[in-house]
Amino acid sequence: MKMARTAAAPASTEPGASGGSLASLAAAEIDRHAVRLLVTGESAARIEPFAALPRLLRAGDLVVLNDAATLPGSLRGTTADGAPFELRLSGPIEDRRLAGVLLGAGDHHTRTERRPPPPLLAIGARVLLAGRGTAFAATVAVVRDRRVELDADTPDADLLWQALYAAGRPVQYAHRSALLPLDAVQTAYAARPWAAEMPSAGRALTWDILLALRRAGIGLARLTHAAGLSSTGDAALDAALPWPERYDIPAATAAVIATTRASGGRVIAIGTTVVRALEAARGAAGDGIATLRLDASTPPRVVDGLVSGLHVPGESHFDLLSAFASPARLRAALAVAAAAGLSAHELGDACLVWAGQTAVR
Amino acid sequence: MDITGTSALVTGASRGLGRALAEALAARGAKVALVARELGPLAEVVAGIRARGGEAHAIAADVADKDAVHRIAGQAHGLVGELGLVIHNASTLGPVPLRLLLDTACEDLAAVLETNLVGPFRLTKALAGAMVLGGGGVVVHVSSDAAVEPYPRWGAYGIAKAAQDQLSRVLAAELAETGVRVLAIDPGEMDTAMHAAAMPEAERSGLQRPATVAAQILAMIADPVRAPSGARLVAPAWSAS
Repeated sequence: MKMARTAAAPASTEPGASGGSLASLAAAEIDRHAVRLLVTGESAARIEPFAALPRLLRAGDLVVLNDAATLPGSLRGTTADGAPFELRLSGPIEDRRLAGVLLGAGDHHTRTERRPPPPLLAIGARVLLAGRGTAFAATVAVVRDRRVELDADTPDADLLWQALYAAGRPVQYAHRSALLPLDAVQTAYAARPWAAEMPSAGRALTWDILLALRRAGIGLARLTHAAGLSSTGDAALDAALPWPERYDIPAATAAVIATTRASGGRVIAIGTTVVRALEAARGAAGDGIATLRLDASTPPRVVDGLVSGLHVPGESHFDLLSAFASPARLRAALAVAAAAGLSAHELGDACLVWAGQTAVR
Repeated sequence: MDITGTSALVTGASRGLGRALAEALAARGAKVALVARELGPLAEVVAGIRARGGEAHAIAADVADKDAVHRIAGQAHGLVGELGLVIHNASTLGPVPLRLLLDTACEDLAAVLETNLVGPFRLTKALAGAMVLGGGGVVVHVSSDAAVEPYPRWGAYGIAKAAQDQLSRVLAAELAETGVRVLAIDPGEMDTAMHAAAMPEAERSGLQRPATVAAQILAMIADPVRAPSGARLVAPAWSAS
């Protein structure tokens, strides 16, 4: 759920072209069955229920999903000296190695940028990672500013997974009062636990909608992309987000993308992580690392349409949306969303943005 | 489906039929993620499979625990990747000696339903979506003749198993054409700890061995023609046909 600073739009945000203020976008959590969809294409922006997606697409189109499950990636840590910190996992677990970012004392009730800096860790230092009444030890293996890699002291990978799922919680959000449980941040089709935060564009895809898409002759295909953290509390690190992220595109997905495009169908990405993976790989199969940053200068070559959360100017995700539609068109559409009371919460409403022209082939 | 190279999740895998299914799957080249409440006995099953060159992983969790569902799904996918097979084998009789239904505490019936019905339902909800997108898979519910026959004293267990049979059929109907096959399989009477707990006086010599039944169940899983989605199958009858 890579929507860093969206709870409230920046004060400097310009009004939308049709006069509504983007700052008036709501920031409420929306039930996954009640999500609304802001649709912007060649005609004027309009709002539909998310469940209308099957009739907004055509037979022969292809919907591509990110099936990464969300990790219980937030752990309370303590150094040998007793100094507290929070570890947020930033990507997939390899054997017994955890990669993540350190945040200072406190919890998600304090906005990340207001938290004190975390304690300095040295290579070889031992830390205790805890939560929900259990704990496990780990040893620092790599330190790069606030980014660290830790090796769990569990005898094997089975026990690391057991300890992680016993102690960890999903990354929490400052503007949500109740703790977010693990099931609230999983899509209906979650598979390998690679995501540091939820690939949330797919949150509203119930089985009712997914099976309706299939009945309408619209293809479903999946890839796995290690959606990273939305925020680290460190301005310099945040400016470089998104970091390189691992993806895996199955051969069957690459094949159906090719046949869809060859027969004139459109490729619709559910979430910016799907765009990042498909554009990095140019739609080809395989395991890779996405390093590219998408913006108005990088028109999509594989993806024709994007379903995403609502993103306002100033966010890296707004830049990514600009790869599909001009900032002026996006602002006008967001003004329609603001006037209708849509929510830009991480667990809020969504938009469908069609590329301004057919994807560059 | 081809069992070799697939990844499978088996609940209730520390003993009885679950253990036999885990060992049979691993012996045929499947990677198995095994669930049981107690890590100790489960770790012994895992160690045995690994000693014979198989790949097995332990997940200590109670399928009746709502909070455990996404932990089981996450740990299993983290350890063995995408799942091609899920076997809901864990189940409970409720208090033994078995009681008449009218002597059964409401809380005991509710607890049996949590383990034998709601637990498998929740776990399938967390796992079947990835199977649909991945192009298919098999979900097996271990049933019982107590789901069909009104045996006195088997009320709580039989009610839960009958409901699970219907869960299996409705899931199969809703997932038609998705490539996910959903089966209910009655294994027949086996020489297990559960059988001994239910009927301590019973003669054991005529009972099937769990390993024999596990082989029959794997044959059903591998045969989508004779074991189509939505079917309720009886293991001893399968070997005779």
